[in-house]
Amino acid sequence: MNREGRGATTPHIVGGVSAGPVTFTGNRGLDLEEGLIFEIGRTEVTGVDIAEPAPFKDRLGSHVRTAPLELPGLSEPEAMRHYVRLSRMNYGIDSGLFPLGSCTMKHNPRLNEKMARLPGFADIHPLQPLSTVPGALELMAELSRYLLELTGMKAVALTPKAGAHGELCGMMAIKAAHEAQGNGDRHVVLVPESAHGTNPATAALIGYEVRSIPARADGTVDPAAVKAALGPEVAALMLTNPNTCGLFERDVVAIAEAVHEAGAYFYSDGANFNAILGKVRIADLGVDAMHINLHKTFSTPHGGGGPGAGPVVLSQALAPFAPVPALVATADGLVLVEDEGAAGAEQALGRMSAFHGQMGMFVRALSWMLSHGADGMRQASEDAVLSANYVRACLMDVMSAPFAERPAMHEALFDDTWLAGTGLSTLDVAKALIDEGYHPMTVYFPLVVHGAMLIEPTESESKASLDLFLGALRDLAMAAKAGDKERFLGAPHYAPRRRLDETRAARAPVLRWVRPEPLPNAAE
Amino acid sequence: MRYLPLTPDDRAEMLARIGVPSVDNLFADIPAAQREHELPRLPLHKSELEVERALSRLAAKNVPAGAVPFFVGAGAYRHHVPASVDHLIQRSEFLTSYTPYQPEIAQGTLQYLFEFQTQVAELTGMEVANASMYDGSTAAAEAVLMAHRVTRRRKALLAGNLHPHYRATIETVSRYAADEVVALAPVPTGGEDIIAAIDAGCSCVVVQSPDVFGNIVDLKPIAEAAHKAGALLIAVFTEAVSLGLIEPPGAQGADIVAGEGQSIGNALNFGGPYVGLFATRQKFVRQMPGRLAGETVDAEGRRGFVLTLSTREQHIRREKATSNICTNSGLCALAFTIHMSLLGQTGLIRLARANHAAACDLADRLAAVPGASVLNDTFFNEFTLCVPGKASDVVEKLAAKGILGGVPYSRLAPKSGLDDLILVAATETTTEDDRAAYAAALKEVL
Repeated sequence: MNREGRGATTPHIVGGVSAGPVTFTGNRGLDLEEGLIFEIGRTEVTGVDIAEPAPFKDRLGSHVRTAPLELPGLSEPEAMRHYVRLSRMNYGIDSGLFPLGSCTMKHNPRLNEKMARLPGFADIHPLQPLSTVPGALELMAELSRYLLELTGMKAVALTPKAGAHGELCGMMAIKAAHEAQGNGDRHVVLVPESAHGTNPATAALIGYEVRSIPARADGTVDPAAVKAALGPEVAALMLTNPNTCGLFERDVVAIAEAVHEAGAYFYSDGANFNAILGKVRIADLGVDAMHINLHKTFSTPHGGGGPGAGPVVLSQALAPFAPVPALVATADGLVLVEDEGAAGAEQALGRMSAFHGQMGMFVRALSWMLSHGADGMRQASEDAVLSANYVRACLMDVMSAPFAERPAMHEALFDDTWLAGTGLSTLDVAKALIDEGYHPMTVYFPLVVHGAMLIEPTESESKASLDLFLGALRDLAMAAKAGDKERFLGAPHYAPRRRLDETRAARAPVLRWVRPEPLPNAAE
Repeated sequence: MRYLPLTPDDRAEMLARIGVPSVDNLFADIPAAQREHELPRLPLHKSELEVERALSRLAAKNVPAGAVPFFVGAGAYRHHVPASVDHLIQRSEFLTSYTPYQPEIAQGTLQYLFEFQTQVAELTGMEVANASMYDGSTAAAEAVLMAHRVTRRRKALLAGNLHPHYRATIETVSRYAADEVVALAPVPTGGEDIIAAIDAGCSCVVVQSPDVFGNIVDLKPIAEAAHKAGALLIAVFTEAVSLGLIEPPGAQGADIVAGEGQSIGNALNFGGPYVGLFATRQKFVRQMPGRLAGETVDAEGRRGFVLTLSTREQHIRREKATSNICTNSGLCALAFTIHMSLLGQTGLIRLARANHAAACDLADRLAAVPGASVLNDTFFNEFTLCVPGKASDVVEKLAAKGILGGVPYSRLAPKSGLDDLILVAATETTTEDDRAAYAAALKEVL
């Protein structure tokens, strides 16, 4: 294994405690502690200069605020320091490899941020006259064109605000289609065991009963199992493809045919679209609806948990049911149809949210697409899949990889069989990886394998970077097997915090700051 | 391609290590008949300069709010955001991090969410808030679903003066979940009698204040009537700055508050991404949708923060989850919380006063234009202007004169028959000259 470029550090830890003195401040050099704004700010301070208006007669009636307010302010220098210090307690893609399976933590180009901040995109209002925003509609149309070309689908609903919101939109379209055809009594949705939790949650939210489909021994869905579960009561099948084990559902065409034959629709969870971009058009697989996570495949930043964007592509059968607003090309150019039932949206399923969707994310995603082009997008998929298979190949001998007889797609799945007898768990390995300078992989997901570790390197890593990461994982695997338990059980040793007590947090939830009771004066 | 680090030599070495001759072997599970061998019919990769050129050309076709006298609101508001906010949210460690599932290396995100939750709770006058939702409209829809869970009833009563997009968002989710929605007719002058419509079947009453026409609503009697009927009051707002000056819903008996936080820290962005604010009472916390950051300690006893109560969420509960939502609006919540920390209550109250003063000044100027009248008795920074003829024509004519004068109510609700109303907003970003220009242009147009 290549060790070039690794720091020549030797751990300076004795019994899990730093060898240096305990500092008076709690800080350790560049590792700085930071209080809450409620502890460092003051309610009389403000970091924003706003002129007090000249006296005037207010129109607030009897509604003036009398309720107490405790919002401390920070001057600008204090605010900068507070948030910079907080940011330094976070790991991001720019810090290092972020191998979260199913999440596709790829490089976030700063060009996208710059483009999204052009005043012609960032400083336009969703309800200013449409005659003053033709460039915005054009951008939406261009993004739609790209998504439709890449998927082969017939229509796209841009408005959903996240992947789960897109799932909701796609499943509502399916329900609307059934109702339009007089099949509203279909009340069951089939969901494979390995699905993302959002799939059953989405189906249940709109009143469907969820029926689970088991996976076969190789980690994929068996068309026979689907056929056995299908019936006149089934409305749809929700399938993640590539699936959450990182495998392509090789029988997807047969599955889609069976689903259609039974009068149901085929919903595809597009979370893992990154693996197949430019390699297969999902329309050719028989998909009726799929959401696309712009924050995964098209690199709009995850931002510590949003905002995302989850446009949904639809087949011919479902296209009429797309929600409003819908972008319609007419003889007079692009029109944004904002009302259910209006021309161009006669059968619209409704409205997913206020306004027209995550424009800021549309700009970023299109910027990524234009940058990569047809050739770069295809290359990105190939590199992502190549890297995942490389990861699996390099770790097979020290860790246990289920379903390894099939090629992995964009992520490599391991279970905890290799930890048997070590007294260590998947969580311990994840936390030890933090000490080695990496964000852990996705753990305990998918649920279908025990102690799952799901590694998704994405196309953004150089080979040298992958080799260093693989070296670290191999070293940890050997240490685990050699009985070096403290390295794992005490981990992380070198993070801003040691292992946090999540049970305590849930038992008596403290979800906000409250001013502490003043302490009674202690006797001198 | 500048974003792809692997070289042809790297790829060859990796294929050799995997033991396959070509990358195509790795795609062998895609049925051969469906595999694409041609590139997608899209342009090839472009340099950074070329992409900038292409996107700048599109952006240049739009009229940015900052370029003209601008009075458009109706759920999204143009405010000044300090430069430090946008700088800080682009810090690598904030921008390129993930949901804080590994709390030991995500304390930055978790601590700001905890601070954000506290700020939202204070602002709304509620006990607890979540770590944000997609936007105000989806937060309102989630609030309705939560009220159904809490009360075990399935009927929502919506005020007529709720933003029509919010109403449509709630109606859409409810339609597919087979829940009942009763929506009253709008009363632009305010003072609608929603109490008369409350009955024992209602799980919740959804009221917006300031409402879509700008009227400030007294929530207290509505809350009392709702509670008497065993229903919850869901209070909605679209302009978070207003809560610096007007009595918050929490002090008036609201059970759930759902609102839009865009106006603090976030740009207009043509409608998204925004940040939904969601707050409730402590006793309902386990029925709340969305993420929550909570305080705890680490193995050395030091204070730290984690995502908590996740057993409510989809990745654990699957079909029994409180919501299918699995994200928040992290970065928009960060922008909100930074801007709010800079403001503090002193700055927030001053900002709210500056908004109210600008709107009062504009209302007086426009009401003095022959043919135009202002409908509101009360308002914060947005009011309703009644014009002769079609509001949409008036707004277009104003736009032709370089004034973006507001939103015709008919654009939000074309079937309402209210075709002569313009929703007009004036924030601290409007100048006296802007407001004078609007009045002068309106005089010419009418």
